[in-house]
Amino acid sequence: MRRYLLATCIGATALFATGYASANDDLTSRIADPSQWVTPGRDFANTRFSQLKQINVDNVHKLAPAWTFSTGVLRGHEGAPLVVGDVMYVHAPFPNTVFALDLNNDGKILWKFEPKQDPNVIPVMCCDTVNRGLAFGDGKIFLHQSDTTLVALDAKDGKVVWSIKDGDPSKGETGTDAPLVVKDKVLIGVSGGEFGVRGWVSAYNIKDGKLAWRGYSEGPDSDLIVDPEKTTSLGKPIGKDSSLKSWEGDQWKIGGGTTWGWHSYDPQTNLIYYGSGNPSTWNPKQRPGDNKWSMTIWARDLDTGMTKWVYQMTPHDEWDFDGVNEMVLTDQKIDGKDRKLLTHFDRNGFGYTLDRVTGELLVAQKFDPAVNWATGVNMDKSSPDFGRPIRVKAMSTEANGEDVNTQGVCPAALGTKDEQPAAYSPETELFYVPTNHVCMDYEPFKVSYTAGQPYVGATLSMFPPQGEKNMGNMIAWDGKTGKIAWSDPELFSVWSGALATAGGVVFYGTLEGYLKAVDAKTGKELYKFKTPSGIIGNVMTYEHGGRQYVAILSGVGGWAGIGLAAGLLAPQQAQAWHNAVTGKENMPEKNKIVGTAGLGAVGGYAGLAEYTSLGGTLTVFALPQD
Amino acid sequence: MTVTNGKLTLSGALALACALGSSLAALADPPGDPKAVTEEKGMWKDMNGDPTYKVDTDGTVDWFTYSGFRRYHSECHVCHGPDGEGSSYAPALANSLKTVGYAEFYGIVAGGRKNLGAGQEKVMPAFGDNKNVTCYLNDMYVYLRARSNDAVPRGRPLKHAEKPAAYAEAEDKCMAGG
Repeated sequence: MRRYLLATCIGATALFATGYASANDDLTSRIADPSQWVTPGRDFANTRFSQLKQINVDNVHKLAPAWTFSTGVLRGHEGAPLVVGDVMYVHAPFPNTVFALDLNNDGKILWKFEPKQDPNVIPVMCCDTVNRGLAFGDGKIFLHQSDTTLVALDAKDGKVVWSIKDGDPSKGETGTDAPLVVKDKVLIGVSGGEFGVRGWVSAYNIKDGKLAWRGYSEGPDSDLIVDPEKTTSLGKPIGKDSSLKSWEGDQWKIGGGTTWGWHSYDPQTNLIYYGSGNPSTWNPKQRPGDNKWSMTIWARDLDTGMTKWVYQMTPHDEWDFDGVNEMVLTDQKIDGKDRKLLTHFDRNGFGYTLDRVTGELLVAQKFDPAVNWATGVNMDKSSPDFGRPIRVKAMSTEANGEDVNTQGVCPAALGTKDEQPAAYSPETELFYVPTNHVCMDYEPFKVSYTAGQPYVGATLSMFPPQGEKNMGNMIAWDGKTGKIAWSDPELFSVWSGALATAGGVVFYGTLEGYLKAVDAKTGKELYKFKTPSGIIGNVMTYEHGGRQYVAILSGVGGWAGIGLAAGLLAPQQAQAWHNAVTGKENMPEKNKIVGTAGLGAVGGYAGLAEYTSLGGTLTVFALPQD
Repeated sequence: MTVTNGKLTLSGALALACALGSSLAALADPPGDPKAVTEEKGMWKDMNGDPTYKVDTDGTVDWFTYSGFRRYHSECHVCHGPDGEGSSYAPALANSLKTVGYAEFYGIVAGGRKNLGAGQEKVMPAFGDNKNVTCYLNDMYVYLRARSNDAVPRGRPLKHAEKPAAYAEAEDKCMAGG
């Protein structure tokens, strides 16, 4: 019945409206239908919350794989498939194959699209050739390829409707993010912060691929698309040349601030939200100033790109704490007042809650107690340092300087959380956050810039916090108070996007390859199943033929596949070095501790390679039918 | 190419790599005995004159090993993993350097390499015009050679020889050069 009504609705819309409006209404009504999953974050607010509840806390333990599908690609699989009507759209890492699968016919392949791309883009993709998924709108499937081509495919037959090139891979500019379709536009960002790429977000018209606007993270006001008097930061106008003044000379031109995370949208204010990444290089000494607007939450008008407000979380970054993680938009009461909120879990380890209309900072608290580079965020509105992190000098790679190894910084450059998106349940009013629990040593040094070559300038090594063996936690977070409600330790970083449902269940994947279901209220584990490869994809759900399904892409890789495949360095290993140097014992043998750790007390340090291998598989779960 | 070493020029190595193509690994000379026999301006060399490491009994490593550790973890580890241990898609160089000799190493780093297999296209870029790499090729080679022979364990060497004056001079010249 619901589907019949929906079809009628769409038909009526098509009759009475034309062009852009109908595209938007179609998308909006499909989002309102919980049986589909038509935009990367499930809805424009990026809640990753589904109203489906056939699978619930009481029966999820009976869950079982219903069908599987191989993408034929062995690199890291991030993101999640879309379900539009009776068709599932599955994407893959480079070469960015797209499959349309017929849900009415056991997943038969309706069409397949494989773009031709120059393989020279592969090595300029820092951290694996990942792609975070597709977008749908106006009868088209949108793919942002590795080589920054944005292609619009006819959702029915996979034929190219239009195709444009957004960037230049020979300068290190690459595409990894999932586009966001809203109204008549499709938004994409750019990757390449480790190649000195100056970040931007582009908005293209979904009809013909014409560029509507492009807003940069750094540079002159016209490039930023800001109004020095009206664009605000923490309630105050940003003023003229706000970015240029925060860099030395022309450094902003290779200043980073890339935009490879997720986009969200609030229809009431017509604002889109996203974050910008690290300033380039990783050596802070080489780029004096606040390096605006890297590490920043952006609120822009969808139609014009004009910036309403910005908030820089980590001015003058010293640790590679990109600000690109997703912005989740919620309506909640704080102190008895209805607030329109934006919640963001930053790489720097702080969970931020802001008023999404004004950009007012409401809450900033650590979402992992291990975070030690700052004691907190200055919340004193009368202070000139309002909103800035209160840094710990011993952890400052700027203060310690070039060629000095700053030790024991938590979190590591991976961040307390990376791109893996959190979920929010309006029923529990909790955020479900996949996190990393890893620290690092960081030594910056001087580097020179060559276009298209890595521009890093720091050496780092990573390890779990002292005395601990878990490298990840799945946590529940109260964004109104900034407190952890529950925390489930995980052996490895949780690098999988979460799903929350009206069935009271939270789903996520692990790097060993488990799909896990836990009780949204308590975190109690209710179900787990080991899929063919480690999971860095995001869990999604849909309904077809009256049955609820849960789907996840397996395929280990990404940054997790680099940092963790070999196993992190155990603190004991560093101690062995120390003892050898001080003459207490002989030199340690290669991997002596890491390799023989097994599952004992130091099991947590063992390499991921001992748990899983490469793969590229979609696993779809359902409750067994009698 | 202005980068030179005691034995062959970078362009020479490139030509060699190009001529032999993908069968190079089978034909190239393995690194041989890593024992340090001579020292020249802070760089240790083996009996063939190739750069090598020197680790004292107290764990002090030569400057090149230490510098190579740092440069490797800036330029290489985002693909090849920490400590030369490999990643989900790039080989563990601590293993590769057991069979890859000095000339071949030079050729691959400068000229890049492709292995476009189904499902897992592997591409290493050419670093020939990246000074952060070319000015430190010997350092990286020495560090990885030490890792390949278990002469240094994973992690940061805690004690290292001072930066030799001649090295500092050559480094400045290389980084400033066109």
